[in-house]
Amino acid sequence: MDLTEQQRKMLEGECGEGAALAMKIQVAIGRSFGAKRMVPITRAHVALSNQEADLWFAEKLLSAGAKCKVQPTVNPGFSLAYFEKAASLPDEARSLMQRTHNAYKELGAVLSYNCTPYLGSNIPRFGEIAAFSESSATPFVNSVWGARSNRESAQSALCAAVTGFVPEYGLLLDENRLGNILVEVKADMKSDFEYQLLGYMGKKIGTGVPVFTGLPENISQEALMNLGAQLNTSGAYGMFHVVGVTPEARTLEQAFGGKKPLRKVVITNDDLRDILNVISEPGMRKIDFAMFGCPHFTLKQVQEIAGMVRGKKLAVEMWILTSSYVREMADRMGLLKIINDAGGHVVEDTCCDQPCWPHLNGKTGVTESPKCAYYTRRRGMSFVVRDLRTCVEAALKGEVE
Amino acid sequence: MNRRVFACHSISEGVAEGDVLISQDQIMFYLIDPDTGVVIEKGHCLEGKSVAGKILVFPGGKGSSVVQADGLYQLAARNNAPLAMIIQNPDTVIVASAIIMEMPMVDGVDDAFYKAIKDGDRVRVDAGKGVIEIISGR
Repeated sequence: MDLTEQQRKMLEGECGEGAALAMKIQVAIGRSFGAKRMVPITRAHVALSNQEADLWFAEKLLSAGAKCKVQPTVNPGFSLAYFEKAASLPDEARSLMQRTHNAYKELGAVLSYNCTPYLGSNIPRFGEIAAFSESSATPFVNSVWGARSNRESAQSALCAAVTGFVPEYGLLLDENRLGNILVEVKADMKSDFEYQLLGYMGKKIGTGVPVFTGLPENISQEALMNLGAQLNTSGAYGMFHVVGVTPEARTLEQAFGGKKPLRKVVITNDDLRDILNVISEPGMRKIDFAMFGCPHFTLKQVQEIAGMVRGKKLAVEMWILTSSYVREMADRMGLLKIINDAGGHVVEDTCCDQPCWPHLNGKTGVTESPKCAYYTRRRGMSFVVRDLRTCVEAALKGEVE
Repeated sequence: MNRRVFACHSISEGVAEGDVLISQDQIMFYLIDPDTGVVIEKGHCLEGKSVAGKILVFPGGKGSSVVQADGLYQLAARNNAPLAMIIQNPDTVIVASAIIMEMPMVDGVDDAFYKAIKDGDRVRVDAGKGVIEIISGR
């Protein structure tokens, strides 16, 4: 790979050992993908998620003296302020989150603790080169905003934030951004929930850049967020095209760059029903809790729940995870009070796959997110997956249809 | 079976020898029990099988950009990680995870290798030299 003098000096340690380590890793990644050079970034998002491996790596960079040149926004772990009040918080969990917080504060990150930065705190413009990790974030910035980011891992995005560069390959190059799989959606896309299921069809869609046709006009941000989140649960997709939404796909021809798709996939109502049966526990049962906000709920979604629970009492605990911004708006707008009065909790800075939920181990909940149901298996939670309305009704009754 | 040698492209350096385990499905290492190396993902073709100490041959990684690394890290901490990974469609998340954790990983192997290989074959991977050797078939 051809490095500029500045980049070469960084690799050789003139900007400190931390930057040298980050650069060394990025050069190795670039080499495996045949990158010819490193290019500057102006934005980054690190999906830290308070995981041990990520903390190990962040502390390794930090102890080598690394500091972020481009300040990244970061994913949630869990809110220490909120969960310290909970008697069930294990000491190891508290210490893990405290160390994550300290490490990223020292590294110079923006402590946003939110997995949907592309809706507020970190929005790239068209064509901007960025290093975004996080399941829903990478496809959203590529496919909706038209920025250019590879599907970075939390750690490679942190390296990019430290060096200020990324190796140039993959989705940074025009030819790799073209669609190559035609996905004809023949299912009824009635609500944002169907996009969760469509995104979960990764095994059927296969490896490549999918181009979705047959979707309704005026797709909501929530639907696009869901689609990306689930595509990167069931598979690995840095980018998708929705004709008429993706800036680089004004037409079907443009999406494929005038070429023929390698593959054509048709998705029907039966496919969505079948995949729901794979990811969800069977219904018609009592539930212990409801969990929403994977990815973090938008104000609109919080509002929808508030509308359904106003003046009622929930039969089971309900957790709504969101950004500090949305929680503040919900507070100002009286939504928080409505939800709290019903017995629900709106929590900022927190992810469903965290050690702050030991009391949910062995319990069965409802959620509208297959991603939430998938990862929390490691923490002993089970989920019946349904659309938001059905989930909220289930939380009011204590049982799900 | 004769010893057969195949060229490959190095992603993360290292040398390892062990028995092959083939996955038709993409892999998310977080959905593998770190204490046993057994795949716990419902419906995965390796569900119930252990990746510990294997030369893992699989199409690619999938899923979250942060827990993929954590899955590998937790497996490695308990000596239950695969010894080496032979991958068809590398993506940045899995490549970065392998490089950071210094686990041998290669791609770009000839189709003939995939035709020749089966579960339980003994294989030696030298990622630095870009060579895979099938030592013995079962």
